[in-house]
Amino acid sequence: MHSRKTLLSVSLTAILILFVAQLLCAQTAAPAASPSTDTAARLAKLEQQTAEAKSSADNAWMLTSAALVLMMTGPGLALFYSGLVRKKNVLGTMMQSFALMAIITVLWGLFSYSLAFGPGNSFIGGFKNLFLNGVGGAPDADYAATIPAQTFMVYQLMFAIITPGLIAGAFAERMKFSAMVAFTILWSIIVYDPMAHMVWGKGGLLNAALGGQFPTLDFAGGTVVHITSGVSALVCALYLGKRVGYPKMSMPPHSVVLSFIGACLLWVGWFGFNAGSALAAGSLATSAFVATHFASAAAAIGWAGAEWIRNGKPSVLGGISGAVAGLVAITPASGFVKPMPALLIGLIAGVFCYAMVAKVKAKFGYDDSLDAFGVHGAGGTLGAILTGVFAVAAVNPIFKDAQGNPLPTGLLEGNAHQLLNQLMGVVISWVLAIIGTLIILKIVDVTIGLRVSEEEEAQGLDLSQHGEEGYYWETPA
Amino acid sequence: MTKIEAIIQNSKLEAVKAALQEIGVEGMTVLEVRGHGRQKGHTEVYRGREYSVDLIPKTKLEMVLPDALVDKAEQAIVNAARTGKIGDGKIFRSRVDDAIRIRNDERGEGAL
Repeated sequence: MHSRKTLLSVSLTAILILFVAQLLCAQTAAPAASPSTDTAARLAKLEQQTAEAKSSADNAWMLTSAALVLMMTGPGLALFYSGLVRKKNVLGTMMQSFALMAIITVLWGLFSYSLAFGPGNSFIGGFKNLFLNGVGGAPDADYAATIPAQTFMVYQLMFAIITPGLIAGAFAERMKFSAMVAFTILWSIIVYDPMAHMVWGKGGLLNAALGGQFPTLDFAGGTVVHITSGVSALVCALYLGKRVGYPKMSMPPHSVVLSFIGACLLWVGWFGFNAGSALAAGSLATSAFVATHFASAAAAIGWAGAEWIRNGKPSVLGGISGAVAGLVAITPASGFVKPMPALLIGLIAGVFCYAMVAKVKAKFGYDDSLDAFGVHGAGGTLGAILTGVFAVAAVNPIFKDAQGNPLPTGLLEGNAHQLLNQLMGVVISWVLAIIGTLIILKIVDVTIGLRVSEEEEAQGLDLSQHGEEGYYWETPA
Repeated sequence: MTKIEAIIQNSKLEAVKAALQEIGVEGMTVLEVRGHGRQKGHTEVYRGREYSVDLIPKTKLEMVLPDALVDKAEQAIVNAARTGKIGDGKIFRSRVDDAIRIRNDERGEGAL
């Protein structure tokens, strides 16, 4: 044993000596001619390689993030929502998520990307990037300088897919599939694309990074995704009316198990949603990842804890609903706040959304069937405002003076004015969502008709809209 | 021949089955059912909404027995399924006119 150790150390020493000798030889053997041009060339090459390495690293994370965000819609949201409906609507509800993965993708390629992110005015992009014209492997430095523009495009597409999917929670179990398709296409064009342009598009009215008039802090889509979808959901619930039998008839979730799996997939996918919104794989992504996770955890405790106090039992559905509420609320803040404020935002969101869903909804009696407004509308609004409170320059120095020094970001740093800008973002997204959705509902109502017939509603969406059943009963042996 | 239908607590199925096998009961049909007698249901809360569940999940055993075995079988079920609390279930017995073994047309007690 001892001799073997000695042998090992001797051979290691020998290798080391050989290595050092080779280094010395290499140095002495280097050509003496024109050292300066050679160094410059090597430096340039090194810089290029460094840039390529960073680009590869960022691109790897952004493609992963894009895939994670798609996973939030299918299967995440599809499972989360379909577990909450009755058995006869399980497939219809899944299809309301899945169809978007196909439909919005086509729209995005043809023109929606251009409307949202192409150059345009303060409110909407133009037609420069129609058919993804000019969206290729070269980066678009305005948006993300280190990743191919196509990566940015496909990443943003995943957000455009999930956003209308969230609205489905309000019209669950009673909307015609054809009406849902028409509504979604129009909503994506009339509400989502302009809102995305205003907040994230170059020159957008609310863009904080690229010179908007009312710079609103919205890191990953609190206004664009959650307020627009949540508020539109409320409008849908009010316009469509209640499900037949609601609230007298008992309509408990048919499988909290499905919802549980869906919610956990949403939690994981949200890392792509929020940390991916850094559009690079650096420390800002880490910060957003951490804030996201902490808020979700605290919100799960907040909602389930509130239930525990009120009903004597913490429910699984309460825990997962709270987690989602926390994820919603931290979305705009994730790239601007430190972990402890993230915990606080989550905790507040968990309790607040529980109160919205369990108390406020019952009081007003609207049938927001799966609580799209109570979680996304309410949680998104809360998150947008709290972002203006807790944002700090140490996490993300988004505002700078002429010399490039970071300026105060949120209220607690002394930038009280930011709260006004946040409210501006909230008001604009509420107004756009309400007006846009009302117009679209009216159009679809008079052309196709929104609701299934009463018999079809009794039969369920699975059979009446798709001609199949989620749980086939007479399975042959 | 006598048919015994026993509605018992789900958790007592294994004990009842074992007790019946011990006294020589050879066949039975077991169903998952829902219902209620005097036992009140419970409430479940989903996102703040209360749902009262008054049809409680139970297990139902059905067996057709030769008359000689009926009293013993009833006693076995009662002994194995009783907790003494409300919701232990019920046993119903009724006359059966005939039994037919599908495989070979055997009839009566021989078909059981």
